[in-house]
Amino acid sequence: MQSLFQQIKAGQLWDFHGGIHPPARKQHTSQKPIGRLALPDRLYVPLRQHIGVPGALLVAVGQHVLKGQPLTFANNAMAVPVHAPTSGTVLAIEPHIAPHPSALPELCVVIAPDGLEQWRERHPLHLPECDRLSLLQRIQDAGIAGMGGAGFPTHLKTGAASGVDYLIINAVECEPYISADDVLMQEFATTIVKGIDILCELSGPKAVLIGIEDDKPLAIAAMQAACSQREQYLVKTVPAKYPSGGEKQLIQLLTSKEVPAGRRPLDIGIVMQNVGTVFAIAQAVLEDMPLISRIVTVVGDSLTQPQNVLALIGTPVGYLLDACGFSPEPAQRIIMGGPMMGFTLPSVSVPVVKTSNCILAPSQAELPSASNEMDCIRCGACAEVCPAVLLPQQLLWYSKAKDLDKLKEYNLADCIECGACAYVCPSEIPLVHYYRVAKAEIREQSRDELKAEQAKARFEARNERLEQEKQQRATRNQALALQRQQLMAEQQKNREIEQAQQRVAATSDTATELSKEQIIALREQKKAAARAYQAEKATQQSMQHSADTADAAAANEPAAASLPATQPAQSQPEITSDPRAAAVAAAIARAKAKKAQTEPGETSVVVPAATAVAAEPILDTRAAAVAAAIARAKAKKAQAEPTPQPLPAPTAAPVKPQSDDSGASSHDAAASSDTDRDANRETAKRQALAAAIARAQAKRQQTDAGSVAMSHVPQSAHSTATTTKITDTPDTSALAKSTAATPDTPADDPRKAAIAAAIARAKAKQQQLSATDPKDQA
Amino acid sequence: MSMLVALIAIGCLALIFGAVLGYAALRFKVEADPLVDQIDDILPQTQCGQCGYPGCRPYAEAIANGDAINKCPPGGEAAIKKLADLMGVAATPLDSAQTPAIKRVAYIREDECIGCTKCIQACPVDAIVGASKLMHTVLIDECTGCDLCVEPCPVNCIDMVPLPGTVERWKWNLEAIPVHVVESNVLESR
Amino acid sequence: MSFRIASSPHHHSQQHTSVLMQKVILACLPGIACQVYFFGYGVLLQLVLAIITAWASEALVLRLRQKPVLPRLKDHSAMLTAVLLAVSIPAFAPWWIIVLGTAFAIIIVKQLYGGLGHNLFNPAMAAYVFLLVSFPQQMTSWLPPLTLQAQQQQVLDPVCAVFTDFSCAGYSLTQLKTDIDGMTMATPLDTLKTDLSTGKTISESLQQPVFDSIGGLGWNYVNLAFLIGGLWLLQQKVIQWRIPLAVLGSLGLCSLIGYLIDPDLHASPLFHLLSGGTMLAAFFIATDPVSASTTLRGRLYYGALIGLLIYLIRSFGGFPDAVAFAVMLANLAVPLIDYYSRPRTYGHKPKGSY
Repeated sequence: MQSLFQQIKAGQLWDFHGGIHPPARKQHTSQKPIGRLALPDRLYVPLRQHIGVPGALLVAVGQHVLKGQPLTFANNAMAVPVHAPTSGTVLAIEPHIAPHPSALPELCVVIAPDGLEQWRERHPLHLPECDRLSLLQRIQDAGIAGMGGAGFPTHLKTGAASGVDYLIINAVECEPYISADDVLMQEFATTIVKGIDILCELSGPKAVLIGIEDDKPLAIAAMQAACSQREQYLVKTVPAKYPSGGEKQLIQLLTSKEVPAGRRPLDIGIVMQNVGTVFAIAQAVLEDMPLISRIVTVVGDSLTQPQNVLALIGTPVGYLLDACGFSPEPAQRIIMGGPMMGFTLPSVSVPVVKTSNCILAPSQAELPSASNEMDCIRCGACAEVCPAVLLPQQLLWYSKAKDLDKLKEYNLADCIECGACAYVCPSEIPLVHYYRVAKAEIREQSRDELKAEQAKARFEARNERLEQEKQQRATRNQALALQRQQLMAEQQKNREIEQAQQRVAATSDTATELSKEQIIALREQKKAAARAYQAEKATQQSMQHSADTADAAAANEPAAASLPATQPAQSQPEITSDPRAAAVAAAIARAKAKKAQTEPGETSVVVPAATAVAAEPILDTRAAAVAAAIARAKAKKAQAEPTPQPLPAPTAAPVKPQSDDSGASSHDAAASSDTDRDANRETAKRQALAAAIARAQAKRQQTDAGSVAMSHVPQSAHSTATTTKITDTPDTSALAKSTAATPDTPADDPRKAAIAAAIARAKAKQQQLSATDPKDQA
Repeated sequence: MSMLVALIAIGCLALIFGAVLGYAALRFKVEADPLVDQIDDILPQTQCGQCGYPGCRPYAEAIANGDAINKCPPGGEAAIKKLADLMGVAATPLDSAQTPAIKRVAYIREDECIGCTKCIQACPVDAIVGASKLMHTVLIDECTGCDLCVEPCPVNCIDMVPLPGTVERWKWNLEAIPVHVVESNVLESR
Repeated sequence: MSFRIASSPHHHSQQHTSVLMQKVILACLPGIACQVYFFGYGVLLQLVLAIITAWASEALVLRLRQKPVLPRLKDHSAMLTAVLLAVSIPAFAPWWIIVLGTAFAIIIVKQLYGGLGHNLFNPAMAAYVFLLVSFPQQMTSWLPPLTLQAQQQQVLDPVCAVFTDFSCAGYSLTQLKTDIDGMTMATPLDTLKTDLSTGKTISESLQQPVFDSIGGLGWNYVNLAFLIGGLWLLQQKVIQWRIPLAVLGSLGLCSLIGYLIDPDLHASPLFHLLSGGTMLAAFFIATDPVSASTTLRGRLYYGALIGLLIYLIRSFGGFPDAVAFAVMLANLAVPLIDYYSRPRTYGHKPKGSY
């Protein structure tokens, strides 16, 4: 019993299951020299031409690039760069129709060649002095990805090389028509052997098996001559049968081994490289020439001069076709790749990429397009030819039935989409197409499952977080309640002391007296107004809304009118007392209102008071804003009152007069002419304020226990918006929306227009708000 | 006499089997209800609540307790079929009329967003990021397309947009490829 | 200029279903010629009737099913069914037998199951069984070879017999079956069976005039002719070798075992292989792709099962020939065979499950 190695050495070949013998039709191109073309007008270099992720862009539009200059760099192990195929200018970096069956656009660098073919600096490596890493780095930097069709990054394949028994060089171009590798071997056999030397350096295999089909006598002779000096390089002639060039099939042919399902050849000690890739490696290492061109077979009966051409990566297919004498027939098919596994192109502007080995433009007589699909007669011809030993018929039934589980059970994933089954099918069923659709479906399903899992995890994490927050809030509220009770007791004491002091200093301190008196007067006024209002409301329940808005408008106008007058004319120190008083009044009013409610409301005195204190140095516009806000709140029956914030208030100043112009220009003119009537205006303002506050208060008194909870909202609303959720009952949510929108107004000085639009939209959404609201807000 | 023997024998057998069954019930007791887990695995986990339950797991529990299996629009017919298989009931057509034919994700028109955080709170899978008064945005990879953020938005700046097609997700619908009518140079020169 | 978009592969062997069917029909010609030579041209009448009925019923059902009629007629599958049924029934069977049988084959067995590719049973054989159990007398009235017939067959006799049940001279079929010695003739297999049941040995039975040196007179040549047609189909790669080989191999093996045990009670393998419808079954009926197993290994099992069943029914069953029953029983087993004969996919470990 010979060992496997001895058997291989002795020239034994094995066979794989199935396979077909389509007419090869390679003689059109394999006997001709490689054609060299002039530069095309444009080159479209897709950023991603391999399996994996695209590299990061290095160039910008308008930049001049040299031949071989990298356009992207690999920032990831799964990335390989792309290079400028010639010197020229980057015209654009835009999506362009991709060389993929879907013809979806992918990002491409569009280069206009300058015709100079100016190379960047090149640094060939001297092989004996190189270590592994620099070789691998060079392979990656040269942008080399498997040129046989899949485009797997080569540095990954060679980089993981330990325990490699056999290096197989795949020179089996089993697809009909294609002869790119054939002519490559005929012309560059010695370079290819140098490339194999480099790969041996990297992985150190027991033997190198070069598989060539027996219908390429010239290539076999050339390779044998080139390998004559090397003992362990074995040129193996394999019988022409499709798909012997498939990775798994060729491994089985040459070594009798099978790659276990879901594993890589490396797992059984085999690395396979396409002969074109080997050539590219040799060029990259020995000449520092990155992968910027490749040999493409341009063939088909629609061409007058079919031939192999050396095409720059990024050359549009149309340019190659035209160079070979393209005379299309109606409904011409243009196939990128071979007739068995290639895909049709919807456009000739698709560029050639690293994996494009053939452009096929067949006539209808040459490759008749599929006629009507008929019913499967279960002849089993497909099972006979399947190189993966699948049951294509069963797969077809389950694909049609979309039974994905059964498809997995029947190993659909092992289908290599070689097309042998569809080739022999007497009913012309496009079997491979069904499998592709089913495979895409399975991929989508597994993606969905993964996503569902993630979503579930995120949902659960969120629920956990919300639960935690709830608990935290509960404990914090407890602590706060405790604090408040203490604070209240203290305040009570303080107030008593204060009142005593005030009584003592009543006659001397006029300024305070005035304000105190005013406050008292206000209180009286308020109470009266409240009573009046309540009475009015009781009688006019149905008219409530319109009355409210009218009220609000009335209350607002004088306040707004006073603004332009006071602001530009008067210096700040003079008016500080005024706004402060107003703010304090508002705060106290609010506090009182809350006091009137049940105990949690009572405690909220702290917050408005604090804001009032913080608001002290602020412009007098504050007061008006407060009034306006309160009025608005009342008008909307919003229990959540928009407490103005210290920060946005200063920026509000320039906004207000501007937006006020239209509404109150007459007031404006009248008011600004006469500054003497300052005091009058102030009182008017105060009265308006008082009225507004009183109404608000009155309203609040009406509110029931449910709204008490809502009155909490402002406490935290300006810090975190999360609590607004509490108010999200259907009828209040709309109001909450408007109030949530309004505090923004002062904050977004430069974004006025956008905000106005947003507010307008919000308004449109909320039919119950009247037209007076925007004025209020303005 | 023989009748007595028979009765005793049957009685003994009954006791023995009863004991065995009782022991088995204790010994092989299943703690959780795996049915709920199985149903939950089938549901698409969009947590959209269109079934009327606050998430997929509650609905799974409801199905286990006998609720209808056709209330999950995101799962579509496929999920209903699986649920029908699992529950041993007939697959019924989807309850709601509109089925999301294509996958959609939420998209926030960012210059219109006012930063109200309402959508953030509505999102069941925390797929929206942003802070109060700052622009929000949707993490497309995490969005389940459940629609729940659209309604709360006060300024209607959230759209459900179909996921853009990519080469990886392409499903081989060749008919959908637009054939570009591009004149080659040869034709132009004629 | 617009381009055509298509899915790969863009290349096709151009071996279409209709071509396959045509070739199978062509391959039947030697057998049919042989039948005509030995038994008269009645079989041609049956063929014409069968084909017309097949086309008519196929067209009718396709119309009812709202499917395109002409493309499906052009696949020649209906014609093939008709041919296979026509060569299986007695040449002088009345016309309504073949019409009924063909219509049953096409409408019930084929189209009601979903048309080409969906039928569970081989239509020709199912129809044959249907006719055999419904009209046993007409279905077994095979005439002896022309040379053994007492009444010289007249030119128009087949026509008269088929359409009137009597020959032109007014003889009934029973009279026609009577040989020179006044004995009623049956097919060789039938004769053998009857003789064995009356206690004769094989060698005694083979003395009957209906036999010659290697089997039933005439029938052995018909079988050889079908063998030639089958070999041509193999050479044309229309059928694969597995099913015919398995059928013939298993039948040969079984009969060899029986023959070795007791040559007096069991006919020789050669006799079995060249009698009745053996070759027709092995190359034309069992290889019907639709109702046969689809896996490569499964086909061997399927063929072997048919061979075994043919032998068992012939030797121990109630019917002289058994092709139709054997094929139908094997058809029933196909899903099971398919399931358990799944091949090991490339790169997968062999599993114990199959």
